[in-house]
Amino acid sequence: MKNLGEIPSTAEITPEALYLRRREFLRNGLLFTATSTSVGAGLLWLMQGNRASKPKSSARTSSLTVASSSSYNTTEPQTPYEAITTYNNFYEFGLAKSDPATNAHTLQPRPWTLRIEGEVHKPLEIDIDQLLKWFPLEERIYRMRCVEAWSMVIPWVGFPLGDLLKRVEPTSRAKYVAFTTLFDPEQMPEQREQLLDWPYVEGLRIDEAVHPLTLLAVGLYGKELPSQNGAPLRLVVPWKYGFKGIKSIVTIRLVEEEPPSTWNITAPHEYGFYANVNPEVDHPRWSQASERRIGDFRRRPTLPFNGYAEQVASLYTGMDLRQKF
Amino acid sequence: MQSKSRSSTPYPWLKPAVFVGALTPVAALLLHAWRGELGANPISQALNQLGLVALIFLVAALICTPLKTLFGWTWPLRLRRMLGLFGFAYATLHVSTYVGVDQFFDWQAIIADIVKRPFIFVGFAAFVLLIPLAMTSTAASIKRLGYARWQQLHRLAYIAPLLGILHFTWRVKKDVSEPLTYAFVVGILLLVRVVAAIYARRTVMLENLKSA
Repeated sequence: MKNLGEIPSTAEITPEALYLRRREFLRNGLLFTATSTSVGAGLLWLMQGNRASKPKSSARTSSLTVASSSSYNTTEPQTPYEAITTYNNFYEFGLAKSDPATNAHTLQPRPWTLRIEGEVHKPLEIDIDQLLKWFPLEERIYRMRCVEAWSMVIPWVGFPLGDLLKRVEPTSRAKYVAFTTLFDPEQMPEQREQLLDWPYVEGLRIDEAVHPLTLLAVGLYGKELPSQNGAPLRLVVPWKYGFKGIKSIVTIRLVEEEPPSTWNITAPHEYGFYANVNPEVDHPRWSQASERRIGDFRRRPTLPFNGYAEQVASLYTGMDLRQKF
Repeated sequence: MQSKSRSSTPYPWLKPAVFVGALTPVAALLLHAWRGELGANPISQALNQLGLVALIFLVAALICTPLKTLFGWTWPLRLRRMLGLFGFAYATLHVSTYVGVDQFFDWQAIIADIVKRPFIFVGFAAFVLLIPLAMTSTAASIKRLGYARWQQLHRLAYIAPLLGILHFTWRVKKDVSEPLTYAFVVGILLLVRVVAAIYARRTVMLENLKSA
């Protein structure tokens, strides 16, 4: 009996009622924790569909030799490589902006064959690596304005589309140029879904196609294009909305009639064939008067032809740009 | 042997637990924002997420009554007001982000947006409809308005999320499956209520016939 120690004071003794309810407290505590956790987890799960997860950058691309840079280059601050390669619209790999960076590793940009056909004297089927030897690569730092009212400044690497078209000698009936993306659901898994009318197609009028600003891009930031940005070869038309910049091109066809373009087929009243950046012609559902440059806090006004009016406005003289949007 | 000392309401942990769980989205958003994990366009990301969470709560508030109708559970009813108020709180954060961050108080652009764009107009309308609901969410309001009038007013609780879903559908460029899922859920909940109302009316009629 000597080791029992002192009797505790009354204040330290658990009241009997509480002692008898300890199981209830414990149980309620557990139920509280379980419920709040499941409510929180459920909400986070529902938010997932809309979430930009931070994708692993799968870009293992090698450097390109850039021969020259261009007088068309903007001196505005360039959008970081990280943002350009993780914020993409490339529905062949998923709808969320982060999906292409996560999923585009299934694309095989080598070997890759480009076909040029249609109204040309010298149709062509050429391997991408051989094509790259034909033209000196230039760096072109362009503004890119998405139809969703955000924009970037991207240092592309590529060569003018016009240089390539000169080689194949378009016939006098070549009035338009039609482009087609690869169709291969093995490499582009979302082509199994009926999201868009696959494969993605785009087109330009011939004078737009041979304009010196129009670029076939094979790289960005001095390196080969990552798959999510349209490897190995994509179109860049800086005065038009980004969706005109068709990615992972396999066919270029010169044609007499205006070719179809995917977004125009999908929603003709929202996306026109021309799709020139125009702050005065709003998208039916949102304003095109301003844009958010990725990385900026404040919106900025959108410029006619995305700031390239001096170079390209003359292509459209006499055209009603409200009607031909 | 101590059963009478138990607290009078069943599941005393329920409401505080849902309250804490309901704060998770805003906590997650703040954490992601702080760690720079909202992607390349964080403002648009936060805006979308807040709008979505608002819609989730507004739909969740609508589930409570049908649960009682179908299964006789009464505990969801005790959560209804809180869920609705969380919907309003997230909607307020969503609208404030649009006004104060996305548009940076460019009132001219905001008014033009609301007037000219059906997509923004219906979203704004949904938010405006929520204001009287939030203001009359107390028991005192039910007493002041009288239950019948209060209930009539609170039928707006169905209109607001439906407008929210329309707003969501018009926002997306192509894939409408997510907003349509919410539309489907609200549709089912409305159906339960309509069927229950018809059933109740029939029962009353039969009773009247019997007593006649």
